[in-house]
Amino acid sequence: MAQAIQTRGPVTGSAAGPKKRRKFFLIDLYSTAVGKKYAMAISGIALMGYVIAHAIGNLKMYLGPEDINHYAEFLRELLVPLAPRTVVLWILRIGLLLMAILHIHAAYGLTLINRKARSVKYQSPRDYQVANFASRTMRWSGIIILLFVLWHLADLTWGFANAVGTDGTFHRGDAYGNVVRSFNRVPVAILYIVANIVLGIHLFHGAWSLFQSMGWNNPRFNKWRRGFATGFATLIVVINVSFPIAVLAGIVST
Amino acid sequence: MTHLTNLTLKIWRQSGPDDGGHFESYKVDEISDEASFLEMLDVLNERLINEGQEAVVFDHDCREGICGTCSLMIDGVAHGPQRGTATCQLHMRKFTSNVEIVVEPWRATGFPIIKDLMTDRAALDRIVEAGGYITAPTGGAPDANLIPVAKPVADAAMDAAECIGCGACVAACPNGAANLFTGAKITHLNLLPQGQAERFSRAEAMVEKMEEYFGSCTNHGECEAACPKSISIDVIALMNADYLKSKIKNRKSLSRT
Repeated sequence: MAQAIQTRGPVTGSAAGPKKRRKFFLIDLYSTAVGKKYAMAISGIALMGYVIAHAIGNLKMYLGPEDINHYAEFLRELLVPLAPRTVVLWILRIGLLLMAILHIHAAYGLTLINRKARSVKYQSPRDYQVANFASRTMRWSGIIILLFVLWHLADLTWGFANAVGTDGTFHRGDAYGNVVRSFNRVPVAILYIVANIVLGIHLFHGAWSLFQSMGWNNPRFNKWRRGFATGFATLIVVINVSFPIAVLAGIVST
Repeated sequence: MTHLTNLTLKIWRQSGPDDGGHFESYKVDEISDEASFLEMLDVLNERLINEGQEAVVFDHDCREGICGTCSLMIDGVAHGPQRGTATCQLHMRKFTSNVEIVVEPWRATGFPIIKDLMTDRAALDRIVEAGGYITAPTGGAPDANLIPVAKPVADAAMDAAECIGCGACVAACPNGAANLFTGAKITHLNLLPQGQAERFSRAEAMVEKMEEYFGSCTNHGECEAACPKSISIDVIALMNADYLKSKIKNRKSLSRT
């Protein structure tokens, strides 16, 4: 065990010390663990905003092919004629991608810090006392969600996984048909259901944890934080899981 | 007074910082249920010394739950099974006869083991040195209650000030983070009017000193459950908020020089 007794060093903690090298503010903040937690929370909020907008938009599946396909076209024509077609959509996509990258990069950095902070593990068995299943499995649920998102893009955005195992082909612009075709494959429908439950578990901890990371702690609303996270996670899971079930049950069909 | 009988203690023995260490089992045939956990270790050590063996080294001082010197991971729980209690205030009546009790030191990179169950928790002192103080005028003692403090504020600061710096939060945290300790120390002073002068230099300096030794917070809440003073993780949120504010404000004040 290569552990040495800490020797008493000089006090170096002065925030106003003149020697401190000035870095760009956000880089400086991000280089600390607390700053990375802010990055996790802020990118998490952005991704949550996307997830809820995506889920609500998709509810147009229940209004029929014309509504959802019109909605899909509306997204491409956001702010037209102020901006050319699909430009705003691409700006949103790039922003979303950057947020996802930031979320993953911060999680990776924090994981490394945390591994280093306990170089020698406990040698006797020990279990969590209060940590819930969601908080203990954040890294795994995050990885599963990432893999699912890649599949989801291959299935319904790029389309090359959409026709596998079906008679039809992927039609760009026919969001309704693509979704129905995809979810008619039972294993794929199950994949979507499982992945969205995992997303719900991830959100159950993340949507609560972000309040702590952002320093939003006030006796006025503290009792609502758990309720918000549970409600948000439940809403997302219920909406998203309803689509594959509706397709399998024949409620939504071509 | 009743007694517990036939206890097996599985204790971590490590001859020094560089030794690999191992568990060793000891029998305690009879112990009063009114003995504290540390007194039980005293009884064991008396016997070991009489038998010419080396006593088990463990940290302890006041034995009344206020100094923060005792530690011990007991059956995988920091300070043992009783909530809101330091090891010295844990009594043997919380255990039953004929069981095995596993005793391990705190494990964190910031807490290197000195010997057996004793760890070097000086890293917590380094954090306090970085900003856990206020500037007080010297000279005659000021009148008491010269500075009015709102009761709820005083209460919240007092709750944070309960921290005895034992390091159970670090020991219990799956990430080996000292956020509850540092949060408590920052909250204690940052809430009070006396702490305002150094509020932002304190938050920045203490957090960054903490990060030299310890991990980061994933909001499990394990620290709060392990804390012998039941300090709430609310102090971590306040620390996070003040840290961001301090980064912005200190930057502004630096740019004036």
